[in-house]
Amino acid sequence: MTALAPVHETVAAPPRNWKTPIVLSVLAAVTFVVFGLLGNAQEVTFRWSEADDTISLASLVVASQPLCLVLGVLTLLGAGFAYYRAYRREKVPLWVSIGVGALFIIGLFANVGAGATVPVVFILTGAIGLSTAVIFGSLAGVVGERVGVANIAIEGQLLAGAFVAAVVASVTDSLFLGLIAAMIGGALVSMVLAVFSLRYVVDQIVVGVVLNVLVVGITNFFYSAVLSDNSEEFNFPGTLPSLPIPLLSSIPVIGPVFFDQRITTYVMFLLIPTVWFVLFKTKWGLRIRAVGEHPLAADTVGINVNNTRFWTVTVAGLIAGFGGAALTIGSVGAFVREMSAGQGFIALAAVILGRWNPWLAAVAALLFGFSRNFRIWAGQIGSPIPPDLIAMTPYLVTLIAVSVLVGKAVAPAAVGKPYIKE
Amino acid sequence: MSTDQSVNALPPQPRANQLLQAVLGGGFVRTLLAIVLAFAVASLLIIFTNEDVITASGYLFGRPGDFFSAAGSAVGDAYAALFRGSIYNYNADTVVAAFRPLTETLRFAGPLIAGGLGVALSFRVGMFNIGAQGQILVGAAFASFASSMIHLPYGIHLIVAVLFGLVGSALWAAIVGVLKAFTGAHEVIVTIMLNYIAISLVTYLMRTPLLHDMEGSNNPMTIPPDPTAVLPRILGEGFALHLGFVFAIIAVVVYWWLMERSTTGFRLRMVGINPDAARTAGIDVRKIYILAMTLSGLFVGLAAVNQALGREGSFTPSVDGGIGFDAITVALLGGSRALGVLGAGILFGALKAGGPAMQVADVAPEVLGVVQALIVLFIAAPPLIRTIFHLPGRPKRAPRKVKATKQLEEAS
Amino acid sequence: MKLELRGITKRFGSLVANDSISLTVQPGEVHALLGENGAGKSTLMNVLYGLYQPDEGQILLDDEAVVFAGPGDAMQAGIGMVHQHFMLIPVFTVAENVMLGHEPTHAGGVLDLAKARELVREISSRFGFEISPDALVSDLPVGAQQRVEIIKALSRDAKVLVLDEPTAVLTPQETDELMVIMKQLAASGTSIVFITHKLREVQAVADTITVIRLGKVVGEAEPTASSAELASLMVGRDVDLTVDKPPLHAGADALVVTELTHFDDHGQKLLDDVSFTVRAGEILAIAGVQGNGQTELTEAILGLRHRVYGSVKLGGRELVGSSVRDILDAGVGYVPEDRKKDGLVGEFSVAENLMLDRSFAGPFTKGLGVDFAHRDEFAREAIGEFDIRTPGGSTPAGRLSGGNQQKVVLARELSRDLQLFIASQPTRGVDVGSIEFIHERIVAVRDSGIPVLIVSTELDEITALADRIAVMYRGRIVDIVPSDTPRSTLGQLMAGVVA
Repeated sequence: MTALAPVHETVAAPPRNWKTPIVLSVLAAVTFVVFGLLGNAQEVTFRWSEADDTISLASLVVASQPLCLVLGVLTLLGAGFAYYRAYRREKVPLWVSIGVGALFIIGLFANVGAGATVPVVFILTGAIGLSTAVIFGSLAGVVGERVGVANIAIEGQLLAGAFVAAVVASVTDSLFLGLIAAMIGGALVSMVLAVFSLRYVVDQIVVGVVLNVLVVGITNFFYSAVLSDNSEEFNFPGTLPSLPIPLLSSIPVIGPVFFDQRITTYVMFLLIPTVWFVLFKTKWGLRIRAVGEHPLAADTVGINVNNTRFWTVTVAGLIAGFGGAALTIGSVGAFVREMSAGQGFIALAAVILGRWNPWLAAVAALLFGFSRNFRIWAGQIGSPIPPDLIAMTPYLVTLIAVSVLVGKAVAPAAVGKPYIKE
Repeated sequence: MSTDQSVNALPPQPRANQLLQAVLGGGFVRTLLAIVLAFAVASLLIIFTNEDVITASGYLFGRPGDFFSAAGSAVGDAYAALFRGSIYNYNADTVVAAFRPLTETLRFAGPLIAGGLGVALSFRVGMFNIGAQGQILVGAAFASFASSMIHLPYGIHLIVAVLFGLVGSALWAAIVGVLKAFTGAHEVIVTIMLNYIAISLVTYLMRTPLLHDMEGSNNPMTIPPDPTAVLPRILGEGFALHLGFVFAIIAVVVYWWLMERSTTGFRLRMVGINPDAARTAGIDVRKIYILAMTLSGLFVGLAAVNQALGREGSFTPSVDGGIGFDAITVALLGGSRALGVLGAGILFGALKAGGPAMQVADVAPEVLGVVQALIVLFIAAPPLIRTIFHLPGRPKRAPRKVKATKQLEEAS
Repeated sequence: MKLELRGITKRFGSLVANDSISLTVQPGEVHALLGENGAGKSTLMNVLYGLYQPDEGQILLDDEAVVFAGPGDAMQAGIGMVHQHFMLIPVFTVAENVMLGHEPTHAGGVLDLAKARELVREISSRFGFEISPDALVSDLPVGAQQRVEIIKALSRDAKVLVLDEPTAVLTPQETDELMVIMKQLAASGTSIVFITHKLREVQAVADTITVIRLGKVVGEAEPTASSAELASLMVGRDVDLTVDKPPLHAGADALVVTELTHFDDHGQKLLDDVSFTVRAGEILAIAGVQGNGQTELTEAILGLRHRVYGSVKLGGRELVGSSVRDILDAGVGYVPEDRKKDGLVGEFSVAENLMLDRSFAGPFTKGLGVDFAHRDEFAREAIGEFDIRTPGGSTPAGRLSGGNQQKVVLARELSRDLQLFIASQPTRGVDVGSIEFIHERIVAVRDSGIPVLIVSTELDEITALADRIAVMYRGRIVDIVPSDTPRSTLGQLMAGVVA
């Protein structure tokens, strides 16, 4: 026996990943140049407290341009650091990206709000309120996709939840029963999805799209055949009350944002870590993820793939249905035709943007609410930016993100693929 | 495990085969049964929301006959109204008025057929284009610009406006193909996002001088098309049916030839079923994705033109009228084949045309949306229909089992 | 544990995959199940593992009849399986993979990772595996992944361990190590069912041999049986893979590959400085264990891969950088390794598959349309000439048997004016009759003066066809040797050992 053939270097230096630094430097350049150099010299007022707050903080009044120049320098430093890390083939730490993003957003508000007031609490609570259904939807999406079922029907589940919550709460005079019914409504849509895609092996996206049309059709029908003529009886549920948590709710800024909310919002706050914990720290989560990644392998260790998928998707339906209730009894009360208005689809985008991670998906979903609220605020202070273009931004960002930034490898490997066996 | 996923950085197409199964399914009998079943379910909805029935159900056990006759007349009235509204109005005074519903059905069918063909084409290439809504909006905006801002003589103006519409939709659709081909982005999420972007963008444009009469109202709205650019009526002034339907019929023929007879269609279908084999056979799969979405957009553009130039008036950002999503159901029901899409388009056109008459008969026409969704749902799951109607199962159980074997063999 | 199968029959439609198979595995025995590809070995094991239900017959463990509704039952009963394609989840760690399905937990279903890690460490050390419980499976080499599979089975106290074609992905060295492990396991009382089609491995490790062919048990043998005896049992006739090959009349260098290098998207070097030439009228066969760059080499030549550097000259024309279509048009015939994935469109008819790569121009086209008359005529001729067993040209190609599918691919690829013919695993999953036919056709191509490049992992096929043999290891060509090089030398080269 003679020597082994010399093993050549089999790994070339991996290509440097410039995506994050490029994105960060664009944000930094906009902050420095558009908001700073070309900015507005007027003063901007950051208001931390509303009139009825227990503890009132003084508003912060600063000149917009100098503030943005400072922010610009900081973001440029962050971007530069990102380039340095990328050059050394190291990961750009998440806190750098988040930091640059946050500074950019402060700059944006300082620039648009020059000569006016930025009511911080209103903007944050509004963002959470507008995101609640989307966040529930995205959590449902994460759960479903992790087990390998692409759920396009989140939109329909939100709508079904919203409808059922309003009607049941009106008829029974119990908001609690409305919440329960909403969950069941969402789960029923899920079960239809599961039966058709698992039992009859119909393409999941086909079923999802058709289910959305079906739920729109049914709710529209009942709305116009029953609800519109008898709204007192069927569509007058009232809304869930705010439940301020004593002491905590009086902390400035944080209090009103996190501790003076409806039960739906509190459930949302708790559900995000719960979903994460169940998926990544429990045996059910391990099995769910195994089924979503490699169903055959899961089967060979005795996990019933289609049962796991069925029940997991049903649970996802409970979550989405609950989110639907947030649209009616958790917000405006009465049901309105097609009131989910595409939020289920946004939730789906948030799932992908959030890389199938419940935390990140929730953050992505929150950004949609944030941008919707930004548009409302910008309209109120008479900003010259066309509102339609602001409305477009989150979708454009998502489009760019899913096609440029999000790697393909992170999706659960078996999403959308049926598991067919004897 | 599998190490060679890097080939040409193209995304795998695991779903394609299955998507095709779903979209190509549907024998005639099964389709008919699905339609019957959907109407049966809708009947229940009508019965249980009808006031006479509810009243009669109060003494159901006392006088069950009342209940059943009330139920029967509720359903009978509803479907009679649907018939009068979409096929033949036997109550009408004149022959023209009696046949008008049928022409209305065809008028509504025009854009559904065209949009359905567009979506069907993308299905056949293994792509799920749910962006017809956005494509219609952009195409309509293009057509509106050409029909109101450019002034040309009769004939030429219409041709130019139609071409603008087709190009607008095709461009918007091509974005999807380009993104899928070069970044691997999933077309479902891309088309959803492009729908919303199109809504905002077109709404914005409808507030600018490009499409909007700045002296008029503040609401987003187009300028009405020049009379020279409106699709002419083909059965005289008594009927609203216009040239758009003829275009749709031509599109059906073109689609059939393209998909079933041409070499381009051969390649499109090949990529739809097995992109790996297509690439090995020297086909540039990326080009096919872009081509497929562009062609898909051209057909959808015809629906846009129908919507934008089918009437004399101006329109708002809701011009797509739900056709974007209806087109998906049309394509599914039609099995993504030319004749199937034609039939499905006419059927759903009838459901749209019959709505107002049902409203007059005091039945919420939204029930027809339920019918539409149910038909497609039932069609998509052949075993379900077979179970419900006790049809004999197909004798070959073998393929399903073989699939599991195959999966075992191929798993890696 | 004693395992007994009695009269197991399994049908798929009209196909009888297992026909009344009976065999007995004694405790602590290595029982080899020998058979050709497609003989029904894997089906039998999937029946044993509860993945399929037998149509007839019984499974007995320690003389008690058992019924497995699913793999869970089989595992519960003490049967472990190492599948040919590993059943591991790439994004999970070793510990997560091992515990999946029987997770140690704290209260409330919370995973007890420490316990799982400990289990992996304990079993690893028992057999001298060096596997970290926290390594991601996707980062492990193939040999280590197989060991994870073994750990997985042992962690469930498997008393019967089924190994399905375990050496297909291993180098000869790794194979030897696996043999040692198998003996070690058997010595500790585990019964082992070793499924393979490789005679030498059976002779090296088995205590008992059962040979199956076309779904039936055709004989039992002792490991002392000669290769010839085993082989003739396996294929049902005196196996003679040697092809009547006229003497070599090689011409000038036709295909010249120089310093070909290829990286995947992660920067992994899959081809490393590959250089060789093939002369007109010569067959160069590439030998090697699966996954050493052979697939990448043929795909790189055909233009299917990105990040390819170096030069491939065919008759003086550079192919690197050209599109697949241009390379095909330059006269390259290509039989891909995985015909179902890359060679055929299963739902397309035989006739359509025969024109798969010729839809752009030429006799199959008429203007912008397909020339249906020519297509069908061509299909009729090809079906006759290549003896493709099909109801007709309009039958979907996916319905044909493996051998007939391969003939469709061959008929298509050989019907053009060729300058080069490449065939990757030309007879994988093909019945014996078709193998002979395919080999004859390949030799005929060579004799018509065309350079031929064959890739195969079967040494028998390599030695039967080759005029010269190139051996690949880790993306490199270790050596190019004459066709009469002894098998042992080839084996060493395949393990990267330079003589």
